[in-house]
Amino acid sequence: MSNKNIKVKDLGKKTDRVYNLDVKELPKLPYPYEDWEDPEVPPVKDIKAEGKDLSLDGILNVVVPIPESEEKKEELVAKFLEGVRKLLTVENNWTFLKPFMLSMENCVKCNTCSEACPVYEMSGGAEIYRPLFRSDVLRRIIKKYISPGGKLTAPFTGSNIDLNWETVARLAQLAYRCNLCRRCAQTCPMGVDNGLIAREIRKLFSQEMGIAPAELHTDGTIKQLTTGSSTGVSPVALMDLFEFMEEDITDRTGLNIKVPFDKSGADILLIHNAGEFLSWPENIEAFAIIFELAGVSWTLSSEMVGYDSVNYGLFYDDAQYAKVTLKHAEVAKKLGVKKVVMGECGHAHKAVMAIGDRIWLGESNIPRESCLATLEDLVMNEKIMVDPERNDFPITLHDPCNVVRSMGVVEPQRRILRKIAPKFREMTPHGVHNYCCGGGSGFAIMQSNNFPNWRFLLPGRKKFIQILNAFEKEEYEPGVNKYVCAPCSNCKGQIRDLLEYYDAWEKAGLLYGGLVELIVNCMTDVREGFVEWEFH
Amino acid sequence: MEVIQYVTIASVLIAFLAIIVKVIKYATAPESMRWELYPVPHEKGRSEYGGSYFEELDWWTKPRHSDMFNEMKEMASEIIFLKGVLHNNKRVWRFSFPFHFGLYLCIGWLFLLLLGGIMDAVGVGVSADAGVFGLVVHYLTVISGYAGLILTGIGAFGLFVWRVTDSNQRPYNSFAEYFNLLFIDAVVVLALITHLGSDPGFAYLRGYVAAILSFEPAVIPGTLFGIEVVLMSLLIMYIPLSRMSHFVAKYFLYHAVRWHDEPNVRGSKIEKRLTELLGKKISWSAEHMHPGKTWGEAVQEKENEQ
Ligand code: SF4
Ligand code: SF4
Repeated sequence: MSNKNIKVKDLGKKTDRVYNLDVKELPKLPYPYEDWEDPEVPPVKDIKAEGKDLSLDGILNVVVPIPESEEKKEELVAKFLEGVRKLLTVENNWTFLKPFMLSMENCVKCNTCSEACPVYEMSGGAEIYRPLFRSDVLRRIIKKYISPGGKLTAPFTGSNIDLNWETVARLAQLAYRCNLCRRCAQTCPMGVDNGLIAREIRKLFSQEMGIAPAELHTDGTIKQLTTGSSTGVSPVALMDLFEFMEEDITDRTGLNIKVPFDKSGADILLIHNAGEFLSWPENIEAFAIIFELAGVSWTLSSEMVGYDSVNYGLFYDDAQYAKVTLKHAEVAKKLGVKKVVMGECGHAHKAVMAIGDRIWLGESNIPRESCLATLEDLVMNEKIMVDPERNDFPITLHDPCNVVRSMGVVEPQRRILRKIAPKFREMTPHGVHNYCCGGGSGFAIMQSNNFPNWRFLLPGRKKFIQILNAFEKEEYEPGVNKYVCAPCSNCKGQIRDLLEYYDAWEKAGLLYGGLVELIVNCMTDVREGFVEWEFH
Repeated sequence: MEVIQYVTIASVLIAFLAIIVKVIKYATAPESMRWELYPVPHEKGRSEYGGSYFEELDWWTKPRHSDMFNEMKEMASEIIFLKGVLHNNKRVWRFSFPFHFGLYLCIGWLFLLLLGGIMDAVGVGVSADAGVFGLVVHYLTVISGYAGLILTGIGAFGLFVWRVTDSNQRPYNSFAEYFNLLFIDAVVVLALITHLGSDPGFAYLRGYVAAILSFEPAVIPGTLFGIEVVLMSLLIMYIPLSRMSHFVAKYFLYHAVRWHDEPNVRGSKIEKRLTELLGKKISWSAEHMHPGKTWGEAVQEKENEQ
């Protein structure tokens, strides 16, 4: 079967592999990567022997157990259909029924969305990654197996599909081949949202069948709700980490800063993505330096979940999402803060500000703000003093989809950069038309098996091309350090992994980091050299 | 009245009913989570680059300025010129634009026939020799009728050819997609043959409408005319029943989802509706969903380690 001629119906075919990712079909990279050759994607060993299905594309991030008997196969299909039915009811899915129903019923099959999708584009046009393909699988199943008389009218409605366990297992995998970046939705003349449909498919697998990637569920929301953070950092461990960070601030800057915790009645409760504590403590430190030197009344929380803004429920499960966001609301209410400010984490922004707008009800409806708006006020109104010359190196900006396309926070970060970065370069396209980093929808934290190769080679490749093209040719001369600013923890993780995969620090002088690091790097009250030119 | 007049009346009534049912279905769908997508055109001063009120410090303390003029402008260019398709899919726009524009003209034509029918029924003549008003209505009917039919026909044919020849597209077409376009083209061709041959000023068609309005038997000047009227009536009925009624959904997709950025404030109607919805009982089976509990209860449950 050629990768380009796969039909929706083929999803139910008895075959070991529906699609093979062939690195030779990927588009070439621009300067200075014209000669770059991608290694083959490593196969996942023995997965079939372990009873797990991998037959969509040989990539593993969500595990669907292979049913052992005919009876179990039928059970799996029946359970799946039950889940689809529930997606269509008010009781079970009032949360997204309206946009879901509108998107399912009104696609005019024009394929305008395909060209907008980085996964589809970078795969060289692999049919299974076409935004419409995934949605049409579900659409055909609903029409044929759920709508009254569906089997009879199937030839007229184009519901050419066989619902067997293979189709179910592969659809689960297919739902995790979409970044939920919604770039396709932006170009759809009807307003149909294939990203939303992918999320609804993920939901039915999680909410009905208990199937979700471990990184999102057991090691994600469950761990967060039971230990306090998806990283596993408990409130006790948190204090140790902050002790270290306070010392680190003194070492780096000469400043003595005590990070405030659980300060009742503070103006701001700042919530960080806890991934930063372990991977990028300099980001947390930079926030503390800025807020303290600007004289902001602020606090962090040491309550369970209150110190970790992560909410992976946003990517796969409405109940898990709501449990986490309500915990954030409860912490804010208890502290009696005037507002909650979200640190540099895109999906956390969307979880509490956009979607959370419909969940933080009554007394819990504490105002929430993006740190980008807070920081803009501090920088532009000179509540902190900066010397832009300290940032005299080429900088480009990545736009996190959740902050930009889904929330419209576009300019504050740019106004800051225009002030503090004399060599600020925009990517093309940027702002609300940006491309996802390739780590969106939880992919950035999926580090196991061969899934990282997939996210580097397909959606990540598009971002890498954008990054490379953002700088002038002469800026690739040896010794010219360049900075990719990603004001989002998950995007930053993906960009770190991408740069590492493409050996971009050694080969192209590309380093990455957040926005606050750049601000502190040029603050006149802080010792020079906050940004350290070392890849980590 | 003749049988075919009843067919026309029934078709028009069913069409209206189908549209109303669809509007009610979408309008009464429950309040959902926010899921807007930027740019949102009513964001005053920000819509050009896709910004929102979330960009402001303490946004909830500031008055929100909605730019309804810009939203209308955006809607108009989307409806009239299919701006989104023009920007993102020029290949399709070449046919989709004449097709849609032709349909708008045909709708105008039908309304002008109705207006002419009413004028006929009350004794005000509509023709090239009539008074100013009758003359204007006559020429507008002729222009919108022929221009509408021709553009719709060309557009539908072009879209049909594209659906058949584009290999990316073909696997996603259903029989209905082909049928819809061919049905429209058949009606257009038949209408053009009929009227260019025997009713170039649409006088008989206007008379047919006038007869329905006054419950009189209509003059059917030939079999071809009869078939045309029946097929056109069926088409009017079929459009709202098929996916071609996507204009209804598009309104909701844009206004109730994509551009719906109304913040929920304490004590608001949105909050009231959401509080009620939290009382809905869950039947999802996975353990962490706590089936049998309401949403409000389930999301407060303590999580078990797994
Ligand atoms: S989702 Fe939108 S753009 Fe894509 S095929 Fe359907 S109508 Fe066209
Ligand atoms: S949401 Fe993004 S990744 Fe998913 S189909 Fe649309 S464009 Fe592709």
